[in-house]
Amino acid sequence: MRFDEGVLDGTEKLIFSLRSLYGEYGYKRYKMSKFEEYALYGRNIDFLVSDSVITFTDTDGKLMALKPDVTLSIVKNDRDDADNVTKVCYDESVYRVSKGTGTFREIKQAGLECIGKIDAALLGEVLTLAAKSLEMTGKKFVLEVSHLGLLDSALSEATDDAALSAKLLECAGGKNVHGIREICRNAGIPEGREDKLVALVSTYGSAAEVIDKLTGQFDERCVKELEEVLSVFEGTPYADSVRIDFSVTADGNYYNGIIFKGFVEGVPEGVLSGGQYDRLMKKMGRRSRAVGFAVYLDMLERLL
Amino acid sequence: MDKMLNIALPKGRLGEKVYAIFEEAGFECPSIKENNRKLIFENNEAGVRYFWVKPSDVAIYVERGAADVGVAGKDIILEYAPDVYELCDLGMGKCRMAVAAPKGFSDDVNRTLRVATKFSKIAKDYYSSIGRDIDIIHLNGSIEIAPILGLSDVIVDIVETGTTLKENDLEVIETILPISARLIANKSSFKFKTEMIEKVAGSISRLTEGNK
Repeated sequence: MRFDEGVLDGTEKLIFSLRSLYGEYGYKRYKMSKFEEYALYGRNIDFLVSDSVITFTDTDGKLMALKPDVTLSIVKNDRDDADNVTKVCYDESVYRVSKGTGTFREIKQAGLECIGKIDAALLGEVLTLAAKSLEMTGKKFVLEVSHLGLLDSALSEATDDAALSAKLLECAGGKNVHGIREICRNAGIPEGREDKLVALVSTYGSAAEVIDKLTGQFDERCVKELEEVLSVFEGTPYADSVRIDFSVTADGNYYNGIIFKGFVEGVPEGVLSGGQYDRLMKKMGRRSRAVGFAVYLDMLERLL
Repeated sequence: MDKMLNIALPKGRLGEKVYAIFEEAGFECPSIKENNRKLIFENNEAGVRYFWVKPSDVAIYVERGAADVGVAGKDIILEYAPDVYELCDLGMGKCRMAVAAPKGFSDDVNRTLRVATKFSKIAKDYYSSIGRDIDIIHLNGSIEIAPILGLSDVIVDIVETGTTLKENDLEVIETILPISARLIANKSSFKFKTEMIEKVAGSISRLTEGNK
C-alpha cells in the first residue's frame, strides 16, 4: 500500500510519529474498546480529569460508559506482573466535558503506560520520551518535573487536615505564596509551619540549580530520587528544556513520586501530563508500580 | 513568537491605579495616557503591550494566553477558577464578598434560602460549606433590588463602603471573604517569558508591599 504523506493533517502526522517513537522504545500498541463498564470509573471518579462520564445501558442491562480516560482501562486489563515491565502505548479518543461549552467533547490523546517493576532508569526513560514527544511538535518546549513526596511532606508539616491540605495544594499549583500564608494564618497554624511549602513553591528552575537548593533542606530520599531520574538529561540537548517546578501537583490519593507536565510555546495550557501512580495501582489491588503520560492532541491542533 | 509582554488591565479606576504602579516599576507606555478610545497600547522599547478589558474578562484573557499577565479581583478569580498562576496580592481595590439582607432579616432554616447574586459559584461554594440549602438567582446587576422586590431573601455581592446597601435598607449579615486585586499569569507564558514575568511580579510586589 502506498500513499502520499500530504494527505495527513498535522495531528495525524504527530500521532504516527509518536506511535513509531514509542515503538522504538519497545512500547506495544494497545487497542481498546470505546466502552467500559461504568463501575470502573465510579470507583475511581477523582482520578478522572472531569468527573462527568457519558453513560448508557447496554442490551444486557449493564451500565456502560464512553471512555473518559485510558489509564484505568489499561490497568484493569494488566496482568500485574510485578517482577517484569509491561510497556504499552496508545492513541485513543476520550470523552470529557469541555470547560468552555460545559458539554461533552471527543478529545484525542496519545500516550504510554509503563507497569511492573519501575526503577529510576525506567522513570528516566519515560521522562525522555515525554521530552521527545514535546520536541516532535517542532516548537520550543518545557518539561516541568515535580515530586509529590516532597510536596506531601511539606504539606503535612503545615497541617494534617485533609481539606486544608487540598486548599494549600491548590495554592501551590498557582504559585500562590500569599494564599498559602493567608490560609495558614486564618486556620491558626503557628507561623513558620508553612515555610517548607512556601520554599518549595518558590524554588524552580534548572534541575541542577534546584537540587542544589533542596539538598540538606528536604527529605533526602525524594531529592536523591529526583536527582537520579533527571540525570538522564545531563549532556543531552533536552537539559535546558527540563526544569523542576513544584507548582506541578496531582491528587495524592492516586499519584506519588515523580509527576510532570509539558508546555509548548504558543499553547496556553499544558499539553502533556503524567507521573507515577502507584497509589492507584494499590487501590485497584495491584502489586505493580506504574508510570505514564498522555499528550493532549486537541490542544496542539492549531499549532501543527 | 511574540516577544512583547502582553498585559491585560481592568478598565476603570482600579486599572488606572494599577497602570501607575506598572509605570513606576519601569514598564511605562506613555501612549496609554492619550485621551482616546483605543484599547491597545504598545511600547516597543520597554517590551510591553497593554490592553484595557472588562474587569471580569481579565482572567479569561490570561487563562487563554491572549495576555501573559493581568490584574484581576480575587472575586473574579474565585468565580471563574481560571487555571493560572496567582503571583501577588496588590492589596488594592480592597472590598469584601458578603451576604446582605433587608434590615431585621432572620433566616428561616425550614425553607430553601433564595440567593440573588452575580457570583453564583462563590455563593454556591459558601453555602455548601455551611450546609445550607439554597436556590441561586443569577443576576447581572442591580442585585440590591432583588430582596426589595421579593425576588430573593438575601444577596451575595461585593461590598465596598456599604452605602448602596444602606440606601436600599439592606445590611451585611455575613462576610464571606476579603477581596483585593491580584497579579495573575498564564502558566505557559510563565515558562517562555519567565524572566520578564518574574521582573514584573517582583517589582509590583515590592511597590505594593505597603498596601497589605
